[in-house]
Amino acid sequence: MSVIASEPRTRRSAFGRPTAETGKWSWLTTVDHKKIGIMYFVTAFFFFLVGGVEALLIRVQLARPEQAFLTADQYNQIFTMHGLTMIFFAVMPLGAAFFNYLLPLQIGARDVAFPRLNAFSYWVFLAAGIFLYSGVLLGGLPDGGWFNYAPLNYIGPNPTDTIGAGTPVAAHVGRMVLYSIGLQIAGIASLASSVNFIVTILNMRAPGMTLMRLPIFTWMTFITSFLMLFAMPVIGVALWQLMFDVRYSTNFFNPATGGDPILWQHMFWLFGHPEVYILILPAFGIVSEVLPVFSRKPLFGYSAMVFSGIAIAFLGWGVWAHHMFAAGIGPVANAAFGLSTMFIAVPTGVKIFNWLGTMWGGKIRMTTPLLFAAGLVGMFTIGGLSGVTHSIVPHNYQQTDTYYVVAHFHYVLFGGSIFGIFAGTYFYFPKVTGRMLNEKLGKLHFALMFIGFNVTFFPMHILGLWGMPRRIYTYADGMGWNFWNMVETIGAFIIAAAIAVFMANVAITRRRGEVAGNDPWDARTLEWLTTSPPPPHNFDEVPLVTARDELWHRKYVGGADRSPVRVPAGASPDHPDHEGSPGASAVPDTAEPAHGPGHDGHSAIHMPSPSYYPLIAAAGMPIAGWGVLAGGPVQLALLALGGLVIFGGLFGWVLEPSAEEAH
Amino acid sequence: MADTEYDKEHAHPGVGQYVEIGVILAVMTLLEVILFESFDRGLLKSVGIPALIILTILKFMLVVLWFMHLRFDHKLFRRVFFVGVGLAFLVFGIVAVNFYVGPRIGF
Amino acid sequence: MAAGDMSAPLPGTDYEHATSLGIANDKLGIWSFIGSECLFFGALISTYLLYVGRTGDSALTPATIFDIPFTSASTFILLMSSLGMVLALAAIQAGEMRKFRTWIMATALMGATFLAGQFYEFTVFVAEGFTLATSPFSSSFFVLTGFHGFHVALGILMLLSMWAASMMGRLPQQLHTTVENIGLYWHFVDIVWIIIFTVVYLIPAATAAPVAG
Repeated sequence: MSVIASEPRTRRSAFGRPTAETGKWSWLTTVDHKKIGIMYFVTAFFFFLVGGVEALLIRVQLARPEQAFLTADQYNQIFTMHGLTMIFFAVMPLGAAFFNYLLPLQIGARDVAFPRLNAFSYWVFLAAGIFLYSGVLLGGLPDGGWFNYAPLNYIGPNPTDTIGAGTPVAAHVGRMVLYSIGLQIAGIASLASSVNFIVTILNMRAPGMTLMRLPIFTWMTFITSFLMLFAMPVIGVALWQLMFDVRYSTNFFNPATGGDPILWQHMFWLFGHPEVYILILPAFGIVSEVLPVFSRKPLFGYSAMVFSGIAIAFLGWGVWAHHMFAAGIGPVANAAFGLSTMFIAVPTGVKIFNWLGTMWGGKIRMTTPLLFAAGLVGMFTIGGLSGVTHSIVPHNYQQTDTYYVVAHFHYVLFGGSIFGIFAGTYFYFPKVTGRMLNEKLGKLHFALMFIGFNVTFFPMHILGLWGMPRRIYTYADGMGWNFWNMVETIGAFIIAAAIAVFMANVAITRRRGEVAGNDPWDARTLEWLTTSPPPPHNFDEVPLVTARDELWHRKYVGGADRSPVRVPAGASPDHPDHEGSPGASAVPDTAEPAHGPGHDGHSAIHMPSPSYYPLIAAAGMPIAGWGVLAGGPVQLALLALGGLVIFGGLFGWVLEPSAEEAH
Repeated sequence: MADTEYDKEHAHPGVGQYVEIGVILAVMTLLEVILFESFDRGLLKSVGIPALIILTILKFMLVVLWFMHLRFDHKLFRRVFFVGVGLAFLVFGIVAVNFYVGPRIGF
Repeated sequence: MAAGDMSAPLPGTDYEHATSLGIANDKLGIWSFIGSECLFFGALISTYLLYVGRTGDSALTPATIFDIPFTSASTFILLMSSLGMVLALAAIQAGEMRKFRTWIMATALMGATFLAGQFYEFTVFVAEGFTLATSPFSSSFFVLTGFHGFHVALGILMLLSMWAASMMGRLPQQLHTTVENIGLYWHFVDIVWIIIFTVVYLIPAATAAPVAG
């Protein structure tokens, strides 16, 4: 085994680096992508539960007509926060959790390119969540819907509260500041991680890992990162402008003072449409890993998968105005964006058929991950089809702002992203914890969730086509909507039961689950080569990659009838390099020393040292944000303090002794 | 192969060339100001404004290609940068067209 | 994205420290960030172009408010700071540390002069009644140039930090890539101003100007 030297101590300044390897300090100061991935998952899952409770509150309120369970103001805050929480604080970071944990493992790297920046992303994301939810104590949460159209962002929940022409009252200003700064901070986290992942994928690949040998999940991460890189600044600008509008009386979006509300819509959806691909592509990547493993076949049409992903990302930049057909952008624009929206169904369809092709004729094992992955293929297709109906402009006029749209995006986001994320959770839980999740409970979880999901969201299509609008806090009796609304509410509680089963499953198996071993699923990619859970340095030897599905090629050779035949570790004839170096491949936990080609075995593995500064720099951001919220001298004091903490953290970051001196 | 790429990356222009580019940039800025002042003395806007835009693009490219040595660097940097510039022009161009052209031709 | 040309380094090299593309991580990171910033300033400049004609009830239009000779001077100074930056980079690459410090300080001072000019400009505007809240035109102008100024301020902070680090002997010649990366940021901020100067100041001021004669 190579020597693991995490601390070449070159003390060049008064600042030391933290050294804790266990306990709470090891988590607060970690720069290990695996720990950060776990923290992302736990935090995002917590937000997922919060968003879920909000969804249940919404459904209880709407279960019967003219209920007074929630007031209009409470309802506005809760549906807005449900959207914001699920998109920015649940699905996006759950995707980031998988990126963080898997990316370096899949490409055979020790860590990401910028480990401290990675920790910074996590802490900034957490700070954004805390900042946004601090509204509970500070006069209310955002209430303008997640897209926060002007003039909703000026008028607030109750138009009679408005003072004068378009001058909002203080409470509403505060909510809008929470919205703009909270998402701004979350955007900084996404931007930092996108830069990090792009550089990691381009630059940190193991030898032989060419771009066309990258696992599909890594490819989807790469594409998602580019989408985040280019989409986040656009919403960033719109959010700054909104903040200046509500807080410092500028005139960007308020029609009463010459601003243009359509500009907000353009800017928001310029970000918002790439965002939906940011939400779904990680799930596509996970499913593309899960289906081949449980079908015992390589992914059907690897390059078609890669290029359809790129095509989706590219076309995703040219369809944003289909969210604005009813806003009066003109027939030429409507027709053009309608067409481009139809085009984007093509690469998405390519993916669906490739997944079907992967399973077709395969030796399918009906495990929980497979069920969730197959669930995505089915449910996402329904959501995709209703999506295509939105591209037909006259049809869109009818269904815009109705529950039909709500049904559509829950089929793609819940039936797509969330199913994909649960497929990934069941699939990778053994890698992360070393133990298997219980299959019986897993199948119960899937069954409940699949039923609950369809019972909740399918009737929304019907209600929407019957004219039930979105974002209403109650409805009159006698509209004919009573029955399906009650059904949906029952469905929502079935989903809640499914999530409870999942949590029970995790709680039980975390300590008492079946021990997994390195490769419990007979999988194909590099992350299954190392131990479960992986050591801090991931691989004792950086693997030499000679094929797509490297691990599979190390385990099997083609027999006479071209069927896979298992080979002893390290003896595959595919791997002349490995002959005579036993232990260098499939079974890294052998006692024998492992020496790869060109490696003298003496060099120590340098792992980046933990650091306090990402946490400190991130902590300054909500402080400055609360400054914008406050007024007078408190504002200046908080802005100054926040700025000092951020820059102090960044200075400490730059000045702390580096463990990465070598270059 | 990787080595040659690395060497190429570090072939930066020399001090003399930097100063030359700096002088050219200064002259171009002067030219821009002269153009602007000439509008008052009868310079046609249909001539002056395209000239200003061309000068801006030239200055932009000079700084990007020489001072940021994108001309001499790994082609990946060129791609990332120009994808960003191109995407910005594309999407905001469409927004601008939607705002300006749409209403004028009667939509 | 062509895949073929990005082959991994040959096995047998010291791949623990080499990168797959043979280019430095931080440089790739800073270029990605700059690519992202293009969209940031693209959005701000687009908003300005959309709102430049919307002066509301205010008589303060691009033709009446801008002081072109003054802005030209500060533009020239910022442009020359880019020259200072490349000369500083050339100096540290050649190992001439004194020269490096001189140029990095000159660059920071030119940046600070630009920033002081902008501060003065804003003060004059506000005194003339041209504030954030005056019109969509004024809002978009201040937010665009304000964010640019903020970027310049961050750049100055980084330049001064490098100067101080060099004075303390903690910026050895090997770290010239750090100087290069911060330089890339500085030049980017400069090219944004090259565009702003024409698109925000010159062309609107000219098109809205009273016809001569």
